[in-house]
Amino acid sequence: MTGKGVVVSILFAIIFYAAALILVVGLGVKIAQYARTPAPLKIPTTPAPLTKGGVAFRLAREAVVFESLFKGNKPLWIFAILFHFGLAVVLIRHGRYIQGEIGPLVALVQPLAIPAGLAMLVGLLCLLGRRLVIERIRYITGPSDILMLALLLGITVTGMFMTKHIHTDVVMVKAFFTGLLSFQLRPLPDDPLLMAHLLLVAALMIVFPFSKLLHAPGLFFSPTRNQTDTPREHRHLCDWAARLEGKGN
Amino acid sequence: MAAPFDTPELGNVDERRIPALKPGAMAESKPYVAAAAHQEPLGFPGVLEDGWEAKAIGHMGELLSKYRSLQVFMDICVKCGACTDKCHYFLGTADPKNMPVARQDLFRSVYRRYFTPMGKIAPSLVGARDLTKDVLDEWYNYFHQCSQCRRCSVFCPYGIDTAEISMAARDIMDRIGQGQKYCNEIIGKVHKIGNNLGLPAPALLDTLEGLEEDIEADTGVAVKLPVDVQGAEVLLVTPSADFFAEPHILGLIGYAKVFHAAGVSWTLSTKASEAGNFGMFIGNYEQMRKISLRIREAAQELGVKRIIFGECGHAWRVAYSFLNTLAGPWDFLDPRYPVPQHILEFTNDLISRKGIKLDKSGNDGMVLTVHDSCNVARGARMGDKPGGQFTIPRAVIQASVPKFVDMHPDTICEKTFCCGGGGGLLTDELIELRVKGSAPRMEALKDVVEREGVTHMAAMCAICKAQFTKILPYFGHDREMVVSVHQLVSNAIVLGDND
Ligand code: SF4
Ligand code: SF4
Repeated sequence: MTGKGVVVSILFAIIFYAAALILVVGLGVKIAQYARTPAPLKIPTTPAPLTKGGVAFRLAREAVVFESLFKGNKPLWIFAILFHFGLAVVLIRHGRYIQGEIGPLVALVQPLAIPAGLAMLVGLLCLLGRRLVIERIRYITGPSDILMLALLLGITVTGMFMTKHIHTDVVMVKAFFTGLLSFQLRPLPDDPLLMAHLLLVAALMIVFPFSKLLHAPGLFFSPTRNQTDTPREHRHLCDWAARLEGKGN
Repeated sequence: MAAPFDTPELGNVDERRIPALKPGAMAESKPYVAAAAHQEPLGFPGVLEDGWEAKAIGHMGELLSKYRSLQVFMDICVKCGACTDKCHYFLGTADPKNMPVARQDLFRSVYRRYFTPMGKIAPSLVGARDLTKDVLDEWYNYFHQCSQCRRCSVFCPYGIDTAEISMAARDIMDRIGQGQKYCNEIIGKVHKIGNNLGLPAPALLDTLEGLEEDIEADTGVAVKLPVDVQGAEVLLVTPSADFFAEPHILGLIGYAKVFHAAGVSWTLSTKASEAGNFGMFIGNYEQMRKISLRIREAAQELGVKRIIFGECGHAWRVAYSFLNTLAGPWDFLDPRYPVPQHILEFTNDLISRKGIKLDKSGNDGMVLTVHDSCNVARGARMGDKPGGQFTIPRAVIQASVPKFVDMHPDTICEKTFCCGGGGGLLTDELIELRVKGSAPRMEALKDVVEREGVTHMAAMCAICKAQFTKILPYFGHDREMVVSVHQLVSNAIVLGDND
């Protein structure tokens, strides 16, 4: 390793440790907050499932096929599906940079790399386009919404460039990240595109717990979606409401 | 009083027109602010006092820690806009702040400023705002342009329910002395007199006696409307409008005939002479609980075995979804029946067991459609299967009338549009909002009137009935076009000893 290479590698190691820490702790704090906050009343949007199994199925439909969004807005649903399914494939595929042995799932999606990246790109561009073109959506769009899309586009484009055109030394990248996992410093390839990609990813990890990306864990805590419709059968009483009864008023 | 305004032009329901934005179109629309006389009996400050900002933020923090819905909904909106064209008030007024997400953002902008790191560090980046008097005024106006109908929550990918946010905002405003007159005055009447209309017990007894005479003159059968009868089987809790005006009162006569024909003993209560619970509209758990406990007390004092609710939308949401929480457990009632039951569950059950007989010719010449009330459709259920709140009222109507047709599928069942007057907005000074907000429903109604010859629209909610009675004439319909579901039952039911 050259002197500069060592410095860069150390810097990226620090950035990724910090980003991972912020992501995990930040998300942990938010999830704990959601879990801790009581839901005093039964407010599922009805018709709602009557059983826990039914609720799990409802949440699964929301998380995987975006059921409500499908009811709400078909073009948006297509854009969202393109982006999220593309992202899912790409994320799985990135498993190869942190796994010693490449797992079967990662191997399975390997040939989908390019189509998945394209799906993300097209999805993101459409999402950005509607924010600029549709009057109602422009009205509700703030700077942070545009920045978030720009960040994701940056990650996608730099990533795709490396897959398609300017191949980076993936063996070294893998060595760097598996090294991080076992607390060993190994060199990163000296490649500006890769560095840009990694910096943007680190930024995404850092803003995750402080931004609307909280929709990912938040969906599962949404009382209109995660409650059973059983108020007459079972008395639902949270702690603070129970204390009111204790006061006897 | 409200300035003159144009009744919206109705389009074609199939086209699902989305209006171009008219910023500020409804900026001036607001209900009267509560006076000290309406605030103080509920334990709220009489007027906005110095230091309200800090108090409001303090209360916001408390609500965030007490309501998971509020905390989660504040964080997870992605501004996708799927909800933007779903609110009847936006569709009817074109004011962008009536788009559900924009309405939420009035609250979210303040949440971000005071409760999130991003809002503290970079407010303009994430649209965070200080809570100023201007912001408060905007809250007051636009959180009283939400009928808490939950239509937006059906289409939001995360189920974000703007109603929850409107309720929280109204609760905060109450606690700092900026309450709404209409709701708070009514809640005061419930506590003082027993019902929303402020109908005292003697007047109620009088009305019911007169009704008994009318029914007997009409049918020759002595159908009773019992009040405060010890040991009756059923306590009927119904909106006080049922004692007061048409078409509500015709529904009440229908309930009485059903009980009579089924031979089930029942009673009204002067203590619980109101099914409505405006505590929900103002987002106040304690008020909602206090109002609910009257029903528990009445049931215990009268020694009834079952509780049945009359036709009212938000009352049924509070009854079905919250009553067990607020005023349960109901272990002193007959465990064979759900607590509470809806009168439509009761009647439907009798129809399907052939416990009552209906003769459709009693409604000859009528072609019916039904307006699903928002709170019944999206905040409650009837029967033992999801969606019973849609099938049961339809079954009862179809058993009572010669012809029934549904309105456009985008406007019924879980996708139903609010009547335009729900959520504590049924007050004269909001008439422009109410007329404009009813446009999506009126559009779908016009469609079935023209295509199917619909003559009447059945409703199962006191607010819907009152709202439609008032606004139907704006759209060229007769005010009597809206009918109670049990009015249809009443016209069709065959009373045992009446041939
Ligand atoms: S649909 Fe839900 S997530 Fe999308 S903008 Fe509306 S409230 Fe936000
Ligand atoms: S709850 Fe109903 S009135 Fe309120 S914003 Fe949503 S759709 Fe509009």
